[in-house]
Amino acid sequence: MDTEILARIQFAFTVAFHYIYPPLSIGIGLIMVIFEGLYLKTGKKQYEILTRFWLKIFAITFGIGVATGIIMEFEFGTNWSVYSKYVGDIFGSALAAEGLFAFGLESTFLGILIFGWNRVSPKVHFISTIGVFFGSMFSAVWIVVANSWQQTPAGYHIVGEGLSARAEVTDFWAMVFNPSSVDRIIHVWQGAFLAGAFMVLSVHAYYLLKGRYVEISKKAFKISLVVATIVSLTQLVSGHSSADGVAVNQPAKLAAMEGHYDESAAADLYMFGWVDDESQKVTGLGIPGGLSFLVHQDFEEPIQGLNAFPKDEIPTQVNAVFQFYHIMISIGMFLIGLTLYASYLWWRGKLFEKKWLLRIFAFSVLLPQIANQAGWFAAEMGRQPWVVYGHLKTSDAFSQEVSANQILFSLILFFVVYAILFLLFLYSLNKKIKHGPYIEAEHPDEFLKYT
Amino acid sequence: METFLGIDYPTLWYLVVGLLFSGYAILEGFDYGAGAWHLFLRKDLSRRVAINAIGPLWDANQVWLIIGGGALFAGFPVMYATMLSAMYIPFMLFLMLLVLRSASIKFRSAEEMTWWRKTWDIIYFISNTLIGFLLGVVLGNVLQGFELHENFEYKGGIFFSFLNPYALMVGFTTLSIFMTQGAIFLLLKTEGRLHDRLSFLLKKGMIFFIISFAITSLYTLTFLPGVTDKFKEQPVFFILPILAFLAVANVPRLVSKKKYAQALIFSSLIMAFLLMLVAFQLYPVLLPSTISPEYSVTIYNAASSQKSLGIMLTIVLIGAPLLAAYFLFLYKTFHGKVKLDDTSY
Repeated sequence: MDTEILARIQFAFTVAFHYIYPPLSIGIGLIMVIFEGLYLKTGKKQYEILTRFWLKIFAITFGIGVATGIIMEFEFGTNWSVYSKYVGDIFGSALAAEGLFAFGLESTFLGILIFGWNRVSPKVHFISTIGVFFGSMFSAVWIVVANSWQQTPAGYHIVGEGLSARAEVTDFWAMVFNPSSVDRIIHVWQGAFLAGAFMVLSVHAYYLLKGRYVEISKKAFKISLVVATIVSLTQLVSGHSSADGVAVNQPAKLAAMEGHYDESAAADLYMFGWVDDESQKVTGLGIPGGLSFLVHQDFEEPIQGLNAFPKDEIPTQVNAVFQFYHIMISIGMFLIGLTLYASYLWWRGKLFEKKWLLRIFAFSVLLPQIANQAGWFAAEMGRQPWVVYGHLKTSDAFSQEVSANQILFSLILFFVVYAILFLLFLYSLNKKIKHGPYIEAEHPDEFLKYT
Repeated sequence: METFLGIDYPTLWYLVVGLLFSGYAILEGFDYGAGAWHLFLRKDLSRRVAINAIGPLWDANQVWLIIGGGALFAGFPVMYATMLSAMYIPFMLFLMLLVLRSASIKFRSAEEMTWWRKTWDIIYFISNTLIGFLLGVVLGNVLQGFELHENFEYKGGIFFSFLNPYALMVGFTTLSIFMTQGAIFLLLKTEGRLHDRLSFLLKKGMIFFIISFAITSLYTLTFLPGVTDKFKEQPVFFILPILAFLAVANVPRLVSKKKYAQALIFSSLIMAFLLMLVAFQLYPVLLPSTISPEYSVTIYNAASSQKSLGIMLTIVLIGAPLLAAYFLFLYKTFHGKVKLDDTSY
C-alpha cells in the first residue's frame, strides 16, 4: 500500500478511537455538574453518591481521552508535514488557545476533582467540576474551529507557491467564526451531551432491570432523560442549519450525502438507500424533491449534482458518504422518538413499568457513539479530495519524507496498544458498573439513611 | 518586522517555546524520574505511594507538553513538521510509551492480583525510563543537525539513524537528571523506611548524572564544531554554563543537608540553565542542516506570519496568568506527604 493510503488509515483509526472518549467526558461532565449542583442545593446524600460514582467512570474516560489526544496533536507533524506547514499559521493559534484556555483548565482541576474530596470544601469541589466541564467544552470549540476552517476557510490569504505555499491569518475572528464553525460546534456539543446522557441512562436502566440501587437510579434516569430529550430535539435544529451551510459552502459534499448526480435537477431526500457509482442511481426509499424542499423550501428547485463539478474535485466514495450520513440521521430520529415516548410515559406516571423500554435504554449507549462516529466520517469523507476545501488536496498533504514501512510499523503498534486500551476500558467500566455506587450487602438501608 | 519591548516576534515566540519546554522538563522531569525508580522500590505499598505522589499532579504537568507542542506547531510550523516527520520512529515510540504510561497509572491499582500489579509495574518503569531517554535522544539529534536539503527536505536515515552515539549520550544524561529530580521529589512526598530507601537511591542517581553529564559535556566540546563560537562573540553569556555548573554542584550539598525543597529548585535550575545554554547556542537556528547552513530551519524561515504571532502572544499574555493561578491552587491543595485514601490510585 502507498504512503498516502496508510497515512489516511492511521489518521482515521487514531482519531476515530480518540473520539469515543471526549464526547463521553463532556456528556458525563454535564450530568455530573447537575448531580453535584443538586447535592449542594438540597444537601441530599443520594446526589453525592451519584456524583462520586459517575466521577469514577468520568476519570477513566477522561484519562484515555487525554492519552489518545496527545497522539493526535503530534500526528499532524509526523504524518502530515505538508499540511502542517500549510495550515500552521491558522490551525496553530486555535491549538495554542485550546492548550492554554481549555486543556490547562480541565487538566489542573481534574486532580482536585478526583483526589480532592477530602482536601477542599464541597463548594470548591463543585467549582472544580464546573472547571473541568467547561474546559472540555472549550476544547471542543477550538478543535472544531480548526476543522471547520478546513471545511469552509475564511479570514486568510494564500502566500507563496508550490511547496512553500501556505495560508496566513488576515482576520482572526473571521477565521474563528468561519461559515460552518458555530453550527458545527453546537452540533458536536449536542452529540457529546447525548453520548453522556445515554451512558447514564443505560447504566441506571440496567440497575432498574436488576432491581439494584432502585431509588437513586430512578433519580439519575429522570435527570438524564430530561437532558437527552431536550438535546436530541434541539440537535435537529443545529443539524438542519449545518446542512443548509453545506448546501451553500460545500455543494459537492451535499450532493454526495444524498447521492445526487444530475447536474441540475430537483434532488430527493432518502430515508435509506444504496448508491451505485457506475449507474449514478440510488436504490432506496425517499421523498422526491425532498432535499430541494429542505434547502430551498420548494420541491421543484434544482440542486447542483456531482456531475456539475470537475471529476477531480468530488468525493470518490459517494456511497460511503451517503451511508454514514444516513446512519447518523436515522439514529438521531430514533433517539428523538425514544426520548419523547419515555417522557410521555413519565408524564403518565408509567416510566419504569415497561421492561422492554428499559432494555432498549440499557443498549442505547451505543447509538450516540455510532452516530457521532458516522457523522464525522460523513463530514470528513464528504470533504475529499480536499484536506483544506478548495486549496489543498489530501494527496498533496502527507509527509513526503516518511516511508510506507514506517507508517506500517506505527499502525501495527497503534492497533495493538489501542486494542489493549479498549479492552481495559471495557473491563474497568464493567467492573465499576457491576460494583455499583456503594456496596448494598454491607449497607442494606444505605439509601434510607440518606433521604 | 514588528517588535514588542524591542524584541522581534519570532524571538519572543522562541522564548515562549523555550519557557514551555523548560516547564515541561522540570515538571514532567520529576514525574518521569519518579517512575524510572519504580522497580527499585521493593514493596507493593511503596510503589503505590510513589504513584500517588504524582497522582493528582501528572495530568496537569502533562499540559506543558501539550501547550509546548501546540506552541511549536503554531509559531514555527516548519520546525514542527520537519522535526516530527524526520524523527518519525522516535516520536511514535514516545507517543506509544506515553499511552502505556497513562494506562499503567490508571490500571495498576485497580486489581489486587500480584501478576497484575507486577506487569503494570514493569510497564510503568519501562515507559518512564524510555520516555526520558528518548526525549534526550531527540535533543541530541537536533543539536547535531539533520540532513536537510533545499525546502527543508529531509534525506537522512529513517529507521535507526537516530540512535547515534552522541544522541545516546544526551539520552542518558537526560534520563539521569530526570531520575535525580524524581528522587528528590519523592523524598519530599514520603516518610519512614521508603524515605530512607529513596535517599540511598538518590545518591546513586546523582553519581549517574554527574558521570554522564561530564562525558556528554566533554564530547560536545571536543566533537561538535563551533559550539563555543557564540560565547566567544558574546562573552557575557558565559554566565550560563557557569550557573549550570554551580547548580550541579549545589544539589549534592543541599541533599546532604536534607534540604530537599531547595535541592528540587536547584535540580530544576540545572535543567533550565542547560536548556538556556542550548537555546542561546542555537539561536536563531532551530534545526541545523548538516548539508549547508542556508538550508537550516531558523526562527525566521520557520515562523508563522507577524499577524499570527501577534495573536498568539496576546493569547499567551491572557492565558499564562490563568494557568499559573490554576497550578498554584493545585500544588497548594496537594502540598505535603502522600496520604492514601479511598480516592487514591
